[in-house]
Amino acid sequence: MNAWIEKQRYIIDFTLSSLLRRKVKNIGLLALYTLIVFILASTMFFTYSIKKEASLILKGSPEIVVQKILAGRHDLFPVGYIDTIRQIRGVAGVESRLWGYYYDSLVGANYTLLTPPKEERTDRSQPKTATVASEDADTGATGPAKPLFELNGAKLEPGTLIIGNGIARVRNITQGDYMPFRAFDGTVMNLRIAGTLSSRSELVSSDLMLITEADFRKLFGIDTQHVTDVIVTVKNPREVATVAGKIKKRLIDLRPIIRDEILRTYDSIFNWRGGMMIVVFSAAVLAFVIFAWDKASGLSAGERREIGILKAVGWETSDVILMKFWEGAIVSLSAFFMGVILAYVHVFFTGSLVFEPALKGWSSLYPNFDLTPFINAEQLTTLFFLTVVPYTVATIVPIWRAATIDPDTAMRHTGE
Amino acid sequence: MIELVNVKKVFNAGNPSEFSALNSVNLCIAENHVTVLKGPSGSGKTTLLSIVGCMSRPSAGRVKLQGREITSLPERFLTDIRRKTFGFIFQQPNLIKGISVLENVMLPAYPLGEKRAHLRTKALHGLNELNLLSKANAKVEWLSGGEAQRVSIVRALINDPGIIIADEPTAHLDTKLSYRFMEIIEKFKAEGKTVIITSHDPLVYEAAMVDRVVNLRDGRIEDAPA
Repeated sequence: MNAWIEKQRYIIDFTLSSLLRRKVKNIGLLALYTLIVFILASTMFFTYSIKKEASLILKGSPEIVVQKILAGRHDLFPVGYIDTIRQIRGVAGVESRLWGYYYDSLVGANYTLLTPPKEERTDRSQPKTATVASEDADTGATGPAKPLFELNGAKLEPGTLIIGNGIARVRNITQGDYMPFRAFDGTVMNLRIAGTLSSRSELVSSDLMLITEADFRKLFGIDTQHVTDVIVTVKNPREVATVAGKIKKRLIDLRPIIRDEILRTYDSIFNWRGGMMIVVFSAAVLAFVIFAWDKASGLSAGERREIGILKAVGWETSDVILMKFWEGAIVSLSAFFMGVILAYVHVFFTGSLVFEPALKGWSSLYPNFDLTPFINAEQLTTLFFLTVVPYTVATIVPIWRAATIDPDTAMRHTGE
Repeated sequence: MIELVNVKKVFNAGNPSEFSALNSVNLCIAENHVTVLKGPSGSGKTTLLSIVGCMSRPSAGRVKLQGREITSLPERFLTDIRRKTFGFIFQQPNLIKGISVLENVMLPAYPLGEKRAHLRTKALHGLNELNLLSKANAKVEWLSGGEAQRVSIVRALINDPGIIIADEPTAHLDTKLSYRFMEIIEKFKAEGKTVIITSHDPLVYEAAMVDRVVNLRDGRIEDAPA
């Protein structure tokens, strides 16, 4: 047993000295490998955290959103439908919403305009937190629901706006400033900034503007008999799908969207198997395959000669393979840990400096927020099996081929 | 004793470039003797040596070591025999660059898992015997040709083999170093080791301590064994 341990120690020692002997080559290899792991891990950490963050926020979103559909497109919702929905068994409440988009040609950005729920406009005593459909917020296994936006103590009155941080940054405006809008009929509306939304919810509120109902209708020319859509709360959360089905059956031109569908959409966009993740992932994996293939395609004459010498002086094929296995394992594990640590720092401490412009937000308003680290064993295992295992296998194959030939042949064909 | 019976070695068998390096070689090599395999380039000396030293297998025929047939042994057992029985001195020193002289010398003993302190002492003793102690920690690239050759001799002896195999050992040495090498061989003989050398250098095959010279040409032994 002692001899066995001593043998392993000798082989590991020799492996380390082997790596140091080819310092430049191995440092280059390690750097490239670390870079690939870094890209993969950064993408994985970033998308996983953003998905988690979004799902926590969306947990506070309405159970059912009902839209009117005309020719397959979202149309204005007639207020008259609200009573019909309210009468459906299982419906706890129906609330209308007014929201829309406004294109600002000055900065080339799209803003989301929203009239906040009624209680938020009336209660002006304290700094407020508006959680849309907050009474239904599901505080399930993955953590409490985050508010969709936080008003930060601002008061919304006719003629005023509360804006998201992204808008404040891009327009360089703050509380008390005026912002001009061109209404549907061409007239100019000047609205005063009453405040900004909390940066805590910036992932979804970066481009958000809160506006009073009267101003919203005036800006877009929507009469009082129409709203954008309605949100429906359900008495028994397990009946959400049933209630949605009943709405669809009763009013066939309506389209109910349940919260789980929105969560599923986010999941498919940011999941590592889908959406933009797969694009980044594929590129990095492809780079890795080329790299591993290059490694697997053969040994240098020097390496072959060395294997010949080791075999000639009495090393077994298995000893040579063990040594090269350790060599591959040391390189790949070092690269794996360095890549993962660098990716962690990159995503959670530097705010994904490299990926930020490509992966965060849309339009020209990039949300500015810090992601909460969410890492689990599944992510690390996936990364490990995508990087360390194929590389180690790729290094073993050519070594096995070289190590099984006669030492005499290996030495004769290489010379000194 | 090493016995070769009707040994043949064919390279690239079945290909247009097929080449027969050894043809029906029958040979007995006595223990505690110095045997020289002599012949021109391409006569099959090195091929014969590598078969004797278990570095390669014959295409046909049998090789017996101390009466035991070793030709058909699996690679693992053959390696074990090679490691414990033979010490190799190659035409080129074949040292591994980038590591120290001491590490190179200890290399053949690594798979045996010997205690490090003991192995180190043995290696340093061997280096001392050949006046190389001061070079123990030097990198092999810094050695002269003669020094590198002596290091490869110390390496060949690290597992205390009974048979020393040397392939054209003086090919890259000047006359003075060649004489020095033959002195070392004489010492091995005095210690009771069997030495097999391939060479076409008269300084080697005409040396006084050589017990037998085997002439090879075109893969065959020319004269009857003495």
